[in-house]
Amino acid sequence: MTRQLAPQEVARFLSGAAPGSVASWGSAGVVVHRESLLPVCKALKDSADYATDFLVAITSVDYVEYFEVVYHLLSLRHNHALVLKVRANGRESPSVPSVTSLWQGADLQEREVWDLMGVAFEGHPNMKRILTWEGFPGHPLRKDHLGG
Amino acid sequence: MTNLQQHPEPPAELEAEPVVVNLGPQHPSTHGVFRLRVIMDGETIQDVEPIFGYLHRGTEKLAEERSYTQVVTLTDRLDYTAAMSNNLAYVLAVEKLAGIEVPERGMYLRVIAAELQRIAAHLIFVGFSLDELGAFHTPLLYGFRERERILDLFEMLCGARITVSYMRPGGVHQDAPVDFWPALDRFLADMPHYLDELQGLIAENEIVVARTKGLAVLLAAKAINCSMSGPVLRASGVAWDLRKQDPYDVYGRMQFDIPVGANGDTYDRLLVRLYEARQSLRIVAQARKEIPGGPVRTQAPFFIRPPVGEAYGHVEAPKGELGFYLVSQGGISPYRCKIRSPSFINLTALKEMLVGYKVADLVVIFGSIDVNMGEVDR
Repeated sequence: MTRQLAPQEVARFLSGAAPGSVASWGSAGVVVHRESLLPVCKALKDSADYATDFLVAITSVDYVEYFEVVYHLLSLRHNHALVLKVRANGRESPSVPSVTSLWQGADLQEREVWDLMGVAFEGHPNMKRILTWEGFPGHPLRKDHLGG
Repeated sequence: MTNLQQHPEPPAELEAEPVVVNLGPQHPSTHGVFRLRVIMDGETIQDVEPIFGYLHRGTEKLAEERSYTQVVTLTDRLDYTAAMSNNLAYVLAVEKLAGIEVPERGMYLRVIAAELQRIAAHLIFVGFSLDELGAFHTPLLYGFRERERILDLFEMLCGARITVSYMRPGGVHQDAPVDFWPALDRFLADMPHYLDELQGLIAENEIVVARTKGLAVLLAAKAINCSMSGPVLRASGVAWDLRKQDPYDVYGRMQFDIPVGANGDTYDRLLVRLYEARQSLRIVAQARKEIPGGPVRTQAPFFIRPPVGEAYGHVEAPKGELGFYLVSQGGISPYRCKIRSPSFINLTALKEMLVGYKVADLVVIFGSIDVNMGEVDR
């Protein structure tokens, strides 16, 4: 059985490994500040206890007040999983740092989030639309797409 | 009339420029509407850019406008060769989100359906792979012939063959008819012999071995870093199967092995699936023996209103980890329904696998990942 790590436990580890990175945590996962996303991911991936070598999925959710990008991380070695979240800034041109330098598996998924939700990833090598075409009006998964 | 003698001498060394070739939209042996922009030096592949989205139907957006039960029909149309697995992944996520219990018999029926579906999907894969290796259509139809029997079984279960919509949050929508069980027994009796035959066509076939051994090796570390899942990951030697590592329904009670490859080449990716089909037969046989009586479905309300929250449910689909991430705001339809599609993410390593090989191997390598465009584009 894949063990779901308690967000509280993860938050405590992160406050030690990357001080000031945790914004909040709840039953659904740990929310980190967008500036510290990369150090946080690196700490989780490199630590022997967490060893989150597998990026399962990147998702984005439009909560109207903010966009949330959700990372499902998994460790094949320890068979445990955790959920990491980061909130993008504003609605005009929201962005979060890209994690492609840590997991290549983020490549297509970040492009999908950009295409459908309009959250850009800083440092992505090829930030282009992927499912719709260049010039497609807007980002269809936003709640206000075509007037909502 | 030009005098041939007057033409200038060609330069001593011919200058060669890379050529851009668009494969598709359509051909790459028609796993769906897919386009590969290939940059080639002569016949050698230098760079590849996969271009897709031709089948994008906005499934995730459509799900936001439908009730939790209605979304089941949308999942059929993701990987349309594995509708049962898609149903299962989705209903597991809803059950997790809304806290719905499933009766034993319902879980057993879902396991039987999902494993039959895996055999069907792998038969298509093997058939198409041989097609891509130049054995036109005959082996493909061998695969389709036996798949047909599985579709007949599905028809008995739910009346549909491809877009089954058999599962519901809380179980399955109806019990199997009495005729189903003898038909399943006949299928289980015939199938091992058929798989032996199919394996005989592949495993030691000189052409298959010559064209796939050592081709497009994907190392385990690379596969993990690229988030590859399913048979592609296992062919690279990583024994990761969600049915074992994170068992859902009644998989925890089943005895089966996880076949893994030794080299991570195209040959391993072919054979891993054949071995998996055998393990699926073992699971179906056990489930058929152990299945208890009783109801097949918990009576959940037609409009499910899960509490505010989120859940991620996943299964080992024929192509890899298929997951649904659902967010509920308390309404009758998901606030957000994200599909973690294995076909889409398995394309991440395509470029690494193709560069340096000849264009004749391109379709074989691409085919060995086994993608389904319905699931890539969603």
